[in-house]
Amino acid sequence: MEWLLDPLRSELVRRALAELVVLGCACGPLGVWVLLYRQAFAAESLSHGMLPGLVVAALAGAPLVLGAAGGVAAAAVAVALAGRDPRLGPDVGVAVGVGALFGAGSLLALAPETPPRLEALLFGDPLGASPRDLLAGAALAAAALAVLVALHRRLALAAFDRAAAGSLGARPRRAELALLGVLGATTVAAAPILGSLLLVALVLAPAAAALALTRRLERALALAAALGALAGATGLLASYHLAVATGASVALAAVALLALALVAASTAGRVRGAPNR
Amino acid sequence: MSALVRVAGLAGGYGGGEDAVHGVGFEVAPGRIVAVLGPNGGGKTTLFRALLGELPVRRGTVEVAGRPAYVPQTERARLDFPVAALDVVLMGAYARTPWYRRIAAADRARAAAALERVGLADRARSHFGSLSGGQRQRVLIARALLQDARVLLLDEPLSGVDAVSAVAVDALLRDLREEGRALLVATHDVALARGYDDVLCLNREQVAFGAPGAVLSVDVLRRTYGAELVVLGAGAGAGIRLDHHAH
Repeated sequence: MEWLLDPLRSELVRRALAELVVLGCACGPLGVWVLLYRQAFAAESLSHGMLPGLVVAALAGAPLVLGAAGGVAAAAVAVALAGRDPRLGPDVGVAVGVGALFGAGSLLALAPETPPRLEALLFGDPLGASPRDLLAGAALAAAALAVLVALHRRLALAAFDRAAAGSLGARPRRAELALLGVLGATTVAAAPILGSLLLVALVLAPAAAALALTRRLERALALAAALGALAGATGLLASYHLAVATGASVALAAVALLALALVAASTAGRVRGAPNR
Repeated sequence: MSALVRVAGLAGGYGGGEDAVHGVGFEVAPGRIVAVLGPNGGGKTTLFRALLGELPVRRGTVEVAGRPAYVPQTERARLDFPVAALDVVLMGAYARTPWYRRIAAADRARAAAALERVGLADRARSHFGSLSGGQRQRVLIARALLQDARVLLLDEPLSGVDAVSAVAVDALLRDLREEGRALLVATHDVALARGYDDVLCLNREQVAFGAPGAVLSVDVLRRTYGAELVVLGAGAGAGIRLDHHAH
């Protein structure tokens, strides 16, 4: 019990915990949709591609959330343009575009006149993030979750049965754009906490775990939210006790939960004698 | 009774170049099944998109009584999607349910009844992707029933469907016809088309429309299918086969 309560005596930890739980609750369900829309690559691309925005914000002393927003917008444009070049094809175009952005961000961050810590931008720093960034991040994550709830049925129609979605009351193109918008907003929200490299783990790992454990959409979304929050909380506790970087331990906690879920799902599958899906 | 579907001088496509289909005009009265025949790329899907109001470029007139229900090919729906059969049927009520409301109890009861009607009451909680092709097709038809559509557009409802399900689906379509609905069935199967009320032959333009006996001549089929058509021996209609490997 002391093990659990001791860290919570620090205001810094309490604030980071609240932030990580809100973020996990939003990232989990978002990840389920990202996987169902087969957009895992886009999620990774956006978060890696925003690095130059983060570095520029750090250089200018602007809020990281602002830099993240600029970075995500730039990454989205670069990815859209590069993916459209027929000589490259979408996958190669996106990969090259993101590689270029990430390289440019690293170059800026490693320049001699750059004071700030590149590590925090790459891996996040929940305990070091400014209250302003934390608050903006929590608000954005909550808004993202609200949009997912409001669009739930339309997202489901467009992902499950694109051809019939129109006759059932949804527009697939709009649903896809809305999902990418929520993905962008969540990426911005998570940037100061989890950085450019690690936030993808909190989006994708709890979602993949939830989808392995249940075949019902609503259950998968709720489970992913719970697992996302759990990954945030256990990651934070682990980092406090083991004195390791918080962003990294949150990402590893999420992946550990996924590994457990996969083992549990395949065990259950073997017990039922049914193929695991 | 007046027609449920009225199309005149329809032409259109997806923008950027040639029309995918042109010169289409026909009417469908309540209680009729129309087979829509044609090769791949002949305009069957384009016609359906036009009837759904989703074709980017469209000229001519298209009138449909209410919003039609679209029943896709079962292979096109996502088999890995985490939904049970009953969840899929309930999608038929989404358009009339505000996002902040639960689906009405009446719609839930009707969804269960629709599943029962297609003979799958016992599979309500089964994962959609674990059902057979024919069962999935029947679930998608049950969803169309919940939509309350008077006009149903079915894309190859019997392709990839086992024989038992094919009989069940065919009987179901005839039931829906008896209720006064209008059904358009896209198909490659000339023999199947022969059993319906009307046949619409499309090959980027309307080749023919009318009763199967009048429409399904070797000449019309040749113009509809071009090189895909293989005529075996002589005789009206007998021994016609489509060679899908002739592309």
